[in-house]
Amino acid sequence: MKLDVIFRIAAKIFIPFMLVFAMYVQFHGDFGPGGGFQAGVVAAAMVIFYAIIFGLESAQKIFPQRVVELMVPAGVGIFASVGIAGMLMGENYLNYSPLGPDSAHGQEYGIILVEIGVLVTVAGTMVAIFYSFMGRDR
Amino acid sequence: MAVIHEIIAHYNHWIIIFLMVSGLYIVVARGNMIKKLVGLGLFQTSVYLLYLSPGKILGGTPPILSPDYSVYSNPLPHVLILTAIVVGIATIAVGLALVVRIHEAFGTIEEDEIFAEDEDE
Amino acid sequence: MVLLTLLAAVTLGIIRMRNLFAVVILGGIYSFLMASVMIVLDAVDVAMTEASVGAGISTVLMLGTLYLTHAWEIRPVHRDLLPMFVAVATGAALVFGTFALPPFGAADTPVNTHVAPYYLENSIPDTLVPNVVTSVLASYRGFDTLGETTVIFTAGIAVLMLLKGRRELKPGPKRRRLKR
Repeated sequence: MKLDVIFRIAAKIFIPFMLVFAMYVQFHGDFGPGGGFQAGVVAAAMVIFYAIIFGLESAQKIFPQRVVELMVPAGVGIFASVGIAGMLMGENYLNYSPLGPDSAHGQEYGIILVEIGVLVTVAGTMVAIFYSFMGRDR
Repeated sequence: MAVIHEIIAHYNHWIIIFLMVSGLYIVVARGNMIKKLVGLGLFQTSVYLLYLSPGKILGGTPPILSPDYSVYSNPLPHVLILTAIVVGIATIAVGLALVVRIHEAFGTIEEDEIFAEDEDE
Repeated sequence: MVLLTLLAAVTLGIIRMRNLFAVVILGGIYSFLMASVMIVLDAVDVAMTEASVGAGISTVLMLGTLYLTHAWEIRPVHRDLLPMFVAVATGAALVFGTFALPPFGAADTPVNTHVAPYYLENSIPDTLVPNVVTSVLASYRGFDTLGETTVIFTAGIAVLMLLKGRRELKPGPKRRRLKR
């Protein structure tokens, strides 16, 4: 279809921008609106956009289904292990204070790590659900 | 003037109640399962507005601390509603997966047709 | 206020339309209007989440479901007097209750004076993070966020379990179809 060309060129312009925007929203969540959930959804939107324009098979070659399905529990594991790391260093579960040189820096590092965990789970879940819906043959 | 005062003070509450009631009506009265899920989403978003509107302070700014401002809106409802939005999307995703399986088992997603078929068996 | 009236108009459209594709697109418009209302209410994090999740993921999944099933709703079979009566009665009771609520934007309600000033004052000394919503979400109330991440994980697992296997095509009896 000749009109495909417009979609492909537009996608090649937009997709790197979406990835950079997702990373920006994730890491500037401390200083402006943002955080793990919004960044995860924008990253998933990038993959869904690619799959809609270039086809499901070519999207699954780049973002394989096994990797996406592994991302879903990995984020919860990162979150829980930050909590256990706090417990191993002497404080209560999910207390981030011992992770840094002093209590306030420890909290900041803990918040950044936890948001990465949330990003991984949310992005993995949204893409895995999309793959399941689209992979169901009629 | 007292009536205008009342309307301005409570207009957003009344619109929220209208959205909530229409979401409830769609869930109860319509038989199509996808439309029921849209109605459920309508109901959920009206509850988000219900929680967010008491947190707004006239003359305040979003709750991001900065030395230029001194009055901030209340950040606690934002945290609760952030969790609620994500749980809502999880519920709707599972609901849509169930709708797909129901369609494969019965051939239709209308409640009335499914009940009629169940009566035949 | 104009935005809220537009929301009510879009809701009336969602109730009345029977073409489900149009209903899903109206749902996306509704989510965008809701995100704009949330920005007016100073809730910027929530507005970003609602716009991306409601108008993005939710619309995509519903269109995916429409692709796999039918796209039209049938004419209603039963009279809907009882649901309409229940809805109107509930609405009237709630409107009667709103006259006791404090007016919009007041700063001296118990919601705004009980715990919130503690978080606003102590967010930077305790966590060095200026965005109070992020610090409350990830540090002061981190357990709730752990539970929420587990809920997303559970929903993903549930959808994968429901939609993964091979599609079985069972020949069934001729199904009675109602008028579309």
